[in-house]
Amino acid sequence: MIPAPFEYAAADSAEHALELLATFGDDAKLLAGGHSLLPMMKLRLAYPSALIDIGHLRELAGIRADGDELVIGATTCHADIADSELVRSQAPLLAHAAAQVGDPQIRHRGTIGGSLAHADPAADLPMALVALGGSVEIIGPDGTRTATADAFFTGFLETSLEPGELLSAVRVPSTPGVGWGYQKFVRRANDWAIVGVAATGGRIALANMGPVPIRARAAEQALADGASPAEAAGLAAEGTAPTEDIHADRTYRQHLARVLTRRALEHQAG
Amino acid sequence: MSILGTRVLRTEDPAFLTTGGVYTDDIVDERLAGACHVFFVRSPVAHARIRSIDVSAALRAPGVVAAFTGADLADLPLLAPPMAGMINEGMSQPLLARDAVRFVGEPVAVVITDDPYQGEDAAELVDADYDPLPPVIDMAEAAADGGPVVLFPDAGTNVAASFGDAAGLKADLFDGCDAVVTRVIVNQRVAPAPMETRATAAVWADDGRLTAWIPNQGAQGTRGALAAMLGIDPAAVRIITPDVGGAFGAKFGADPEHAVVCWVAQRLGRPARWAETRNENLVAMTHGRAQQQTVTIGGRRDGTVSAYRLEILQDAGAYPRFGAFLPALTILMAPGPYAFGRAEAVGRSVVTNTTPVGAYRGAGRPEATAAVERAIDLFAAEIGMDPAEVRRKNLLPAFTEPHTTAFGAVYDSGDYATALEKALTAAGYQDLRDDQAKRRAAGDVVQLGVGLSCYVEITGPGMEAGGPRENATVEVHPDGRATILTGTSPHGQGHATVWAMLASDELGIPVDMITVKWGDTDLIPEGGGTGGSRSLQQGGAAVQQASRELIEVARQRAASALEANPADLVFDPGRGAFAVTGDPEAAVPLAQLAHAERLVVRTVFTAPGPTFPFGAHVAVVEVDTETGKVVLRRMITVDDAGTVINPLLAEGQRHGGIAQGAAQAFLEEFLYDADGNPLTASFADYPFLSATEVPSFELADMATPTSYNPLGAKGIGEAGTIGATPAVQNAIIDALAHLGVRHIDMPASPQRVWRALRSASGAAAAGSNESEDA
Amino acid sequence: MQVQLTVNGQARSDDVEPRLLLVHYLRERCGLRAANVGCDTTSCGACTVLLNGRSVKSCTVLAVQAAGQQVVTAEGLAADGLLHPVQQAFQQEHGLQCGFCTPGMVMAAVGLLAENPHPTEAEVREGLEGNFCRCTGYHNIVRAVLAAADAAATEATA
Repeated sequence: MIPAPFEYAAADSAEHALELLATFGDDAKLLAGGHSLLPMMKLRLAYPSALIDIGHLRELAGIRADGDELVIGATTCHADIADSELVRSQAPLLAHAAAQVGDPQIRHRGTIGGSLAHADPAADLPMALVALGGSVEIIGPDGTRTATADAFFTGFLETSLEPGELLSAVRVPSTPGVGWGYQKFVRRANDWAIVGVAATGGRIALANMGPVPIRARAAEQALADGASPAEAAGLAAEGTAPTEDIHADRTYRQHLARVLTRRALEHQAG
Repeated sequence: MSILGTRVLRTEDPAFLTTGGVYTDDIVDERLAGACHVFFVRSPVAHARIRSIDVSAALRAPGVVAAFTGADLADLPLLAPPMAGMINEGMSQPLLARDAVRFVGEPVAVVITDDPYQGEDAAELVDADYDPLPPVIDMAEAAADGGPVVLFPDAGTNVAASFGDAAGLKADLFDGCDAVVTRVIVNQRVAPAPMETRATAAVWADDGRLTAWIPNQGAQGTRGALAAMLGIDPAAVRIITPDVGGAFGAKFGADPEHAVVCWVAQRLGRPARWAETRNENLVAMTHGRAQQQTVTIGGRRDGTVSAYRLEILQDAGAYPRFGAFLPALTILMAPGPYAFGRAEAVGRSVVTNTTPVGAYRGAGRPEATAAVERAIDLFAAEIGMDPAEVRRKNLLPAFTEPHTTAFGAVYDSGDYATALEKALTAAGYQDLRDDQAKRRAAGDVVQLGVGLSCYVEITGPGMEAGGPRENATVEVHPDGRATILTGTSPHGQGHATVWAMLASDELGIPVDMITVKWGDTDLIPEGGGTGGSRSLQQGGAAVQQASRELIEVARQRAASALEANPADLVFDPGRGAFAVTGDPEAAVPLAQLAHAERLVVRTVFTAPGPTFPFGAHVAVVEVDTETGKVVLRRMITVDDAGTVINPLLAEGQRHGGIAQGAAQAFLEEFLYDADGNPLTASFADYPFLSATEVPSFELADMATPTSYNPLGAKGIGEAGTIGATPAVQNAIIDALAHLGVRHIDMPASPQRVWRALRSASGAAAAGSNESEDA
Repeated sequence: MQVQLTVNGQARSDDVEPRLLLVHYLRERCGLRAANVGCDTTSCGACTVLLNGRSVKSCTVLAVQAAGQQVVTAEGLAADGLLHPVQQAFQQEHGLQCGFCTPGMVMAAVGLLAENPHPTEAEVREGLEGNFCRCTGYHNIVRAVLAAADAAATEATA
C-alpha cells in the first residue's frame, strides 16, 4: 500500500536531473507524474533507492510544431495532449490515445514520457507511437540521441533507455487529414486494453499482443498490396504469441486482433 | 399531511458532504492516543503446513513494538462455524494460523509498529516457512468421496453441512413431462468489496473492559462474536460503531482479525489500530455466492412446468462461515414465485482452499432466483415458447392471505403476475422483440437481448436470537427535541432520516430536531442489526410503536396537567400538543410533559414472521457477436416491498442492488488459479463496476402492503440484486438464442460469450441444436 | 524534508518523509479526513482532491510532489457554511448512501464540471470512470452531477 523508503531530489533542470541520476546510481528512477511508477512502488513491485523529480520542469513540458513533426515534452500530461488543439489537428490519433489512458484523474498526472518509458505493451501511448511511426529524444551524459518507436521498445516493460538517460521529448509526424483508426477493447472503461489496435498511414500497431507494441506487418503488407481492410485484417495476428490471462486466452486474443484491426481500418476518422 | 411516503432529504448528508463520514480509520479519540498499528502477515500459499515463522528480523525493524504468531494465541478459542449444530464443528479457524494454512490470505502473524508507515516494511521481514500440501480449489473435487485432499484430517471429510434429503429425491419426479431440461450452472464467487475495508481500533481500560470501534452490521452481534473469540464475557466488551462505508453482508459479527487486534491491545497494554488494505480485503473478507447448481425442469409443451429440482453444491471456502449455511436459504426459496406441481431441492457445503464464503447481498436468495429463472428460460427454449408466456403460465396467482410453499416458506402477500405485466409494459416488451427480430433478420453484428426475471424473496427472516423483532427507545426532551435509540445498524440506508420521519409523524417534532443513535452496546445492549432487509419492517415499526406508546404515556401526564379526562384529550402532531376536545385553549405542549420526569419509552416490536417482497425485472442488452462484448442498455424493474416510507431512499436501495446484481451477471468474478492463488486480488484486476458499465435504471412502482407490521412495509435492500442478476444473464443468452446458444455461465465475459457463439456455430455445423460455452 | 503547499487556502509547511502519500498528508498532518483510501491500485478514486484545480488521486501523488501547489479537498468546498452547488446537488438527488466514496466523487465531479460545464449523461459517466461506488449504482450520482451543471447554467443566465 505504501512504498518502501527512498531518497528524493527535485531536479531544477534536465541537466541537473542527469547529474542526480549519475549521483544516485542505477537504482534511482525519474519521477514525472508517477502514475506508472508509484503504483508499482506502492505494491512493492519496484524498490528504487531514489526518485528524481522532473515533473515540474517546464523545459520538459509543452507541445510545439517543428516542421513536419510535433514535438511533445516528456512531462506533458495525457490530459494536455488530449485537449491540445495542435495535437488534435495535426496528430489526432495521439490526442485520442491520450484521452483513453485510465481515467480523468490519471490523465491529469500521467505523462507521455513516463508512459513510454514504462513501456507497458497494453498501454495506449506506446501503441500510438508505434502506429504513428514517431520517435523519442533521449538526453544522457553522452549527449542527445533519438530512437524510433519501432526500436525503442525492447521487451516487456523494457526500453532502449540506458541507466543515466532521460527521455526528454516525443516526436510524431504531423499528418492532418490522414485517416486513423483506434480500437481499445476493454471490459471496464478505465482498464488497460485486452487487445488494442491503432492504424494510420498504412501502419498498424497492436497493444497487448506481445511483450512490446507490435506492428501487424503481414496485415500492413497486404494493405500495401491492395487488399481490402477485411482481407488485411485477417492477417493481423500473424506471428503473434500473445500471453494468456484472466480476460483472454491466446486464441481469443488473436481473434480480437483481427476483428479490431478490421474495425480500425474500416472506421477511420479524419 | 403525513410526512410518510414523501421524499425527505437525508439529515445525514451535510456532514458526509462537507467534512466526510467518520469511519473507523478516521476516529480521533483520546482513548486511542498513542495507539500502535497492527499489520497482518498472511499466507502466500493455499494449503500448507507451517514449518516455522521467524519474526526476529521484523522485531529489529524501525518502530516495531512486537510481533506475534499463532503460538502466542494458543490460549484463545478457535472461531467455530456459525449455526451451531448445522455445520461441522471440526472445521474451526484459529485466529492466527497454527499448524496449517488453508487459504491464500489466511493471517499467520502480526507485526505491531508505532507508526503506520513502518508496518509494511516490518511485515516484509517476517520469514514464514511452509511445507506445501496439495490444494483443492474446485468444489466438485472437494466434494468427491475419497478425494485426496481433505482440509481437516480429523473431520475426515470436506463436507461442512448438508441440507435437505438427498436420498429422498424421487427418481420419477419428471415422469410424464413432455420436455425435460437439465443443466449444471454456476453462481460464481464474487467479492462484496464495500468501499470501506475492515478496520479496528481497540483499547482496554484498567477495569478490564474492552472498548472497540469496528465497522459492523450490528454492534450487539459483533460484541458477542468478539467476546467468544477472546474467551471473555460479552459484558466486558463495548462496541462502538462509527460510520460504516458499506457492508453488504460481509461485516456481520466479527472476523479473526478484529479479535487479534483487540488481543494485541490487551497484551501490549496500549490502544491498537488496524486498517485493512484493499488487497487484503479482496482475499480475506468473506466472499459471496460460490454455488454450483444442477437444475432440472420438466413440463408440458403448453408451457406448464410440472416439476423442478435444484441440487446445490456450495463452496464454503477454507473455514465454514455463514456461506456454509446459504444452501438452506436457497432451498427455502427454490421454487420462487411459481406454482410448480412438484419441486425438490437439496444442498451440500464443502470446504476448499479458498477464501471463506459469507453473506453477500441476498445471501442465498439470489442464488435461488438465478437458478429457477435460468431453468424457466431453458424450459422455454426447449419448448419454443416466449419466456414471458412461460412465466405467466406458472406464477402463483395473486394472494392476500399468507401462502405456505412446499418448502415451508410462508409468503405473506403477493401479486407476481401484475409485477411481471408492469415490468413488461414499462419495458415496451413487444417493441423490444420487434427490434430484436429486425436485427436477427438483418444479421446485425450487434444483437439485442431481452431477459426477464420474476422473483420473490424472504426479508426479515428472524435469524437473530428471539426471532424477528427489534427494539426502539424514543425520548422527548424538555427543549422539544427527541432522541431515538435503535437496535438496527445503518451503513448507508438512511435510518437516521427514516426513523426520524416515523417518530416525527407521530410526535409532530420536525425531522431535523430528532437524533437517532445506534451501534453503541453500552447505550443499546440489544439489537438485531441491519441485514436481511429487516430494518424498516422491524426496526422502523418499533420506532413507530415506541412513538405511539410515548404519546399514551404523555396523555396521562397531560390529563393531570389539564385536569381533564385522558379520553377527552386529542394529540395534534401539527401543534405538538394535547388539547381538550372542543377547547383548543386548554392545551399542553408535548415537550412540557418531559419537564418534571423523563418522557421516554422503550418498546419491542415483534413481527409475526418474515415478509416476502417480490418483483420482476427486464434487462435489455446488446451483444457484439464478433467480440462477445456485452453492453447493458436498459434495466426496467418492479420491486414491490410494500408501503414505501421514503421513496427517495427506497429508489436508492433499488439502484444499488440492481447495479450489484447486474455486475454479477456480466462482469464480476473472483478467480483462483489451479494452485489456489487469487488472480483478482486488486481493484485493477477484480472487475468492480464503474459508472460507464451501467445505464440509468427505470423503476416502476408497485406497493402491495403486508399485514405483518403497521407500516405495511417489507424489506427492499436486497430485492434489486436478486432480480437483476438473472434478468441480465437471461438477456445475454436471449441475444444469441437464434444462433443456437442455450446457456452461458456468469459472468458473461466477452471471452465466455465468444466461446459460446463458436461452440454453437460449431454445433450447428455438426447438425446439433444445443450448445454450451466451451 | 520540508514541504510547503497550500491546502484549502491555508499555507502550510511540514516536515515529511519523501514517501508520504498526499492522501495521508491530508488526513494525518492536516486533519482533513474526508478523502478516503479505498484501494491499492489507483483504481477507486475515493482519495480524489483538486491539485491546482485539476482532479487527482491523492493516493498516487507524493506530498513532496505537491510542493508549491494548491490542494483543495471536500472540506474546502463549502463557503460560509453553505454547501457548494455540487454538494447541494448530491444531497438533493440522494447521490450518496454510505458516504465513503462521496468526497472523492464530489471532487471528481467538481473537476469534471470545471472542464466540461455542460456534460451529457454519457460524458458524466465517463468522467466518473475513475470513481467507484458500491452503494448507489451510480444512478443518482449521475443525476446529481447533471443537476449541478443545470444549476450552474441557470445561475449563469440568471
